[in-house]
Formats: sequence, C-alpha cells, structure tokens
Amino acid sequence: MSTQLSTPVNRQAAEALSLSKGEPEWLTALRVQGAELTETLEWPKPEKVRIDRWNLNAVGEYKAPAVLASADELPESLRTLTGEGQAGFVVQRNSGAVFKQLSAELQSQGVIFTDLETAVREHGDLVQQYLFKAVAQDENKLSALHSAIWNGGVFLYVPKNVEVAVPLQALLYSDDAQATFAPHVLVVADNNSRVTYVDNASSLYEGEQQALVLQNIVEVFVKPGAHVRFATVHHMAENIIDLSIRRAVVENDGRIEWIVGDLHDGNTLSETRSVLRGNGSTSDAKVISIGSGKQQMSLTTGAVHVGRSSDSQMVTRAVMKDSATAIINGITKIEKGATKANGEQTEKVLMLSPKARGDANPILLIDEDDVTAGHAASVGQVNPEQVYYLMSRGISKREAERLIINGFLAPVVSEIPIDAVQEQLRLLLERKLQA
Amino acid sequence: MATHFVIEGLKASIEDKEILKGINIEIKGGEVHAIMGPNGTGKSTLASALMGHPKYEVTEGTATLDGEDLMEMDTDERARAGLFLAMQYPSEIAGVTNSDFLRSAINARRGEGNEISLIKFIRQMEAKMKELDMNPEFAHRYLNEGFSGGEKKRNEILQMLMLDPKIVVLDEIDSGLDIDALKIVAAGVNSMRSEERGFLIITHYQRLLNYIKPDFVHVMMQGRIVKSGGPELAERLENEGYDWVKEELGIVDETVGQA
Repeated sequence: MSTQLSTPVNRQAAEALSLSKGEPEWLTALRVQGAELTETLEWPKPEKVRIDRWNLNAVGEYKAPAVLASADELPESLRTLTGEGQAGFVVQRNSGAVFKQLSAELQSQGVIFTDLETAVREHGDLVQQYLFKAVAQDENKLSALHSAIWNGGVFLYVPKNVEVAVPLQALLYSDDAQATFAPHVLVVADNNSRVTYVDNASSLYEGEQQALVLQNIVEVFVKPGAHVRFATVHHMAENIIDLSIRRAVVENDGRIEWIVGDLHDGNTLSETRSVLRGNGSTSDAKVISIGSGKQQMSLTTGAVHVGRSSDSQMVTRAVMKDSATAIINGITKIEKGATKANGEQTEKVLMLSPKARGDANPILLIDEDDVTAGHAASVGQVNPEQVYYLMSRGISKREAERLIINGFLAPVVSEIPIDAVQEQLRLLLERKLQA
Repeated sequence: MATHFVIEGLKASIEDKEILKGINIEIKGGEVHAIMGPNGTGKSTLASALMGHPKYEVTEGTATLDGEDLMEMDTDERARAGLFLAMQYPSEIAGVTNSDFLRSAINARRGEGNEISLIKFIRQMEAKMKELDMNPEFAHRYLNEGFSGGEKKRNEILQMLMLDPKIVVLDEIDSGLDIDALKIVAAGVNSMRSEERGFLIITHYQRLLNYIKPDFVHVMMQGRIVKSGGPELAERLENEGYDWVKEELGIVDETVGQA
C-alpha cells in the first residue's frame, strides 16, 4: 500500500479509465505499463531546483469534458488570446478536448489536426508509430505517470510536401483544480512539409485554489526537409505547477524552431530539447521568461547533435522580480561523428530585485573534434547609468526602467516570426511586468 | 519670458570628495558661454551635477532656470523643465531603438494626452537626421549600440534638435570628432541659437569655438571659475596655453579631486 500512497495512479485505475474510453488495446497496455513504471522510477532532478518538494502528485482526477458547439462559447479572456477565424483550432479544457476545427482546404490536403484522443480512434496506426518515441515512457517518473494519465491533447500531421501557410492553434486551459490537466501534444511533419503551431496554456481561476499539476509533454517529429515552428506561451495562475517537456527529433535537412514564453505564475519545470539526428538538421530555440512572487523555475534548453553539419541556436532571456528563482540551463551536446556541427547558446538574466535569484548555466558536452560551439551567459541588474541617461531626456524613472526591461527582451521578442504571437507575448510580458 | 539660467555657489562631491567648490555663472537667453580648462579641473562634473547624475551629490548652491531651482528636481524633471545635456559618454541601451527612445522622450515632455503623432514624429526625425548627415538607418538601430564615437555625438545633437531645450550643456561634444563632423555638429548647434535658448559649452580645445562663437569664456581650475572674459580669452588660451593663467593666479596644480 505504501507505493500507492506516493503514487497518484495505479494499474487498475489506468486500465479502467482506458477501457471506459474505449481506447485500443495497445494504448491500454501503454497506460498500464506507465502506471507500473511510475511506482519505481524517480522524478526528474534538474540542477539546483528541488522539484520533488513541489506537490507533484496533485494531478487531480479525470473528469469528462463538456463539448462546446462553437469557439464563441469560450470565455472572452481566452478568445482574445487566440484571435478569430483560425484555420485550425483545438481547445482542451481540464481533462479533455472541448472543441476542434480544421478548414476544409487543409483537410483536403490530408492535414490532420485534432485532439490526440480522437486521433487515437481515427488514425491509431499513425499515432502508435510516434507516441512516446521522442520522450520515452520510462525516462523518469514524470514521463511514466504522464503516459498513464494523459488526456485530451493535440495531434498534428502534415503530409509530404504540404505547406501550411497559416498557424494552427491550440488552447489548453484549466478552470477546475480537481480535474487532471495532462495534454500530450504530438506533431508529425512529413518530408518537406512546412507548418507553424501555436498554443497557449492558460487558466481561469479567481482567489486561492488547491495545487494542480499541468503535465504537458510535447513530441515533434521533423521528417527530412520538413520545417516546423512550434510556439507555446504558458501563463497560468499560481496554483498550477507547470511540468512541461518538449522534444523534437529532426531528420536530414529538417528544421525546428521553438518559441517558448514561460510567463506562468507558479512553479515551473520547462525543458525544450532538439535531437538533431539528421545531417544538415537545424534547431533554433528562443525562450523568454519572467519570474515573479515566490515562484521557482527550472528552464532548460538543449540540443543534441548526432547528424553531420547540424546547427543549433539557443537563446534564453529571463527577467526576475520579487523573490523569484530561476535556474537556467543550456545544454549543447555534440556526439562523436557529428562532424561540422555548430552549437551556439546564450542565457541572460536581468534581476529587478535583490531577493530574486537567477543562475545561468551554459553546458557544452562535446565528443567530436571537428565542430564549433559557443556560449555566453550573464546575470545582471538594470544599469543605473542607463536609467540616468534616459531620465536626462525627460523620461520618468518608471518608464526608463520599462524601456530597458523591454529592450532586454526585445532581441528575442522582435525575432518571433509570427506577428500575432509576438503581439500577444508583448501584452502578456507587459501584464506580468506591471503586476 | 526670456530664458534666464543662474548657477549660484554650486558645490558638488563624488564619494565625499568635493570637486565643485562654488560655481557661479549666469546665462541669459541668446548667450553662448564656454567653459574651458585642462583635464581634471571639474568641467564635466559641473555638467553631470547640473543634470543630476546619481554618482554626484550637490552639497550647496542652486541652479535656477527661469526662477525654478533645478537642484530640487529629479533628473527627468530637470529635463522637462528645459535642461539638456549632450553627454561626453552616452549610454548604450540594447533593445531600445533610437526612434522609440526619442519618441518616448518627446512625449514625456509633451505630457499625457498630447503625444506627438507618429507621422509628424517620423517627418521631424528624418529632417533632423538629414541636417546632421546621419544615415536614416540609425533611427532603427538600438540606442547608441555599436555607434562610433562620432555617431554617438551626432546622436546627442539629434536629441538636442528634437527636444527643443531652453538651456543646452555640451560636454566635450568635440572630442572624437573629425573636422567634417565637427562642422556638422557646430552647424546643428548654431541653427538652434535663439533668444529663447542659452548654451554652456564645455571643451578644452579652442577648435570648437571657431565654429560656435561664444559670447563669454570662463576658465575652470581647481573646481572654480578662475577667470572670465570674451572670445579673445579663448584665442589667447589657444595660442599660449593655460600656464599664464596659473602664473597670474599663483596656481601650481590646477586639478581637483585627482588624488
């Protein structure tokens, strides 16, 4: 019984839930195995952040969602996040999908964009081929537990040579702190395809709430010559513990671009990694974060170079307020044989309060001689000379600091290739900075 | 009302070391005053103290602009009251474009609800940049980041032209400028000369004063104005150096706070 006390799921419960949803046998088996692995595996251990002290077992219980007839039924605060008239839109509320749409044009091109549970029913073979292949089920307790309890989710498949011109969007939100919130996002971009995916992880809570974990595992498969842009912005209430693992596997001449906005108010584990398996594969990761209150964050970007002439760029910029803590890791790993690989990373932290803490840890692990790699990291405060200079032109101190902070984030924000995401990020940044 | 700027008995320290030992200067609208002197005599400290640099503490005295004591104000209020300092070493601020910065500065002066329209602002800025022979691309570059010494100085003058101040202090605006750039900067300053505006030009070369003719010249040593005169004083300093001034006044070491 002791193992059951420390584990929020057991094989019977996982099996029962899977059967009640009418899932295929392979998936039921996967969930059961996940529940079993959960009992023996350990939580991930990121550098210098004791996530095992967080309430990681607060995963709630599955509650069947009430489906929406139209996106207009969404609360206004959420509708403004996503804009109107999306070509593709998937909404998850708490434990499951409540809305999905995809334009007839994209459907006719063979694009699949739906929630992952539906995809399991309608495209089971395709899903089975990729699910938990980028993030292994038995990697740690988080991946194992997630494999047992994931729900809703997103599935995006782009066929060979299809270029999707407009961003496809998903909205993942929680408004019931007792309901499991564990979307799994699976993206498969087939040869020479192009696609941009944007999601928001949000919440609707007022006042004190019990803790709830968001378990969000993202797997992206970039096939030869394909190009995927993945943008995600997390901005949930303080009671949510954000555990997000993102992983891309990139084949020959494929490209993944990550844009991550960690603007969440609660504790956060955010890991974004590209496995550059193919020759000539490339990755570009941009992460922006603002820490406030007492929140603790572990933000990691990683690139694993396997293919020859692979290239990775990673930039993280974080602003730390109040008594927030962020440990920011950049890990560039170049495997033996990945000749002519290049990996560059930068982590910069701007501290706005003497009680805040920010560590930037660039790590280069290189097992091949014929490569280039670089890193830069800095932790600093708002420079009083700069504030003086701006004030000497009549700009108030508050406005001067605002300009400098926005300027610190601008090199990343302004390079975000999707205008709507850029605009939305600016708004959320402003909101969190002013709060 | 004509501009009237009076510095009276101004004393200032850095890290408890007194640098300015009682400065008195009166500038009326339309006048150009030059402060000359060797290095380390407190000239730039005067500029920084007037603007309110956080490292300098004003311990005594006043600097009143049209009856209001700037020393009682924060740096941004001094600027909005009409003081402008073209700095010797302007800050570089990554991520803030020159045009965003300038527009914020103009709007700070105009106040809420009276912001300049974007079109009008861009037209003004483009015209002034052309006047200063600046590459239009500089509007979109980050503020002073990667600018050469001469480009930074032109950018200071651009700000002066855009902000329409009442009292302009130029701190070593000529340092690091070649002769062509110097002429352009001087032309920019001369175009701003008017009855409503006074200038205080800090330099240790006569060179700049060939292009911007001063009405009054003051020599600074040991944190004080030790000699004042007309334009002929600057010419004599250029020809003969500072030794005769020191001799006349019995000064051995003209510097202040250098130990």
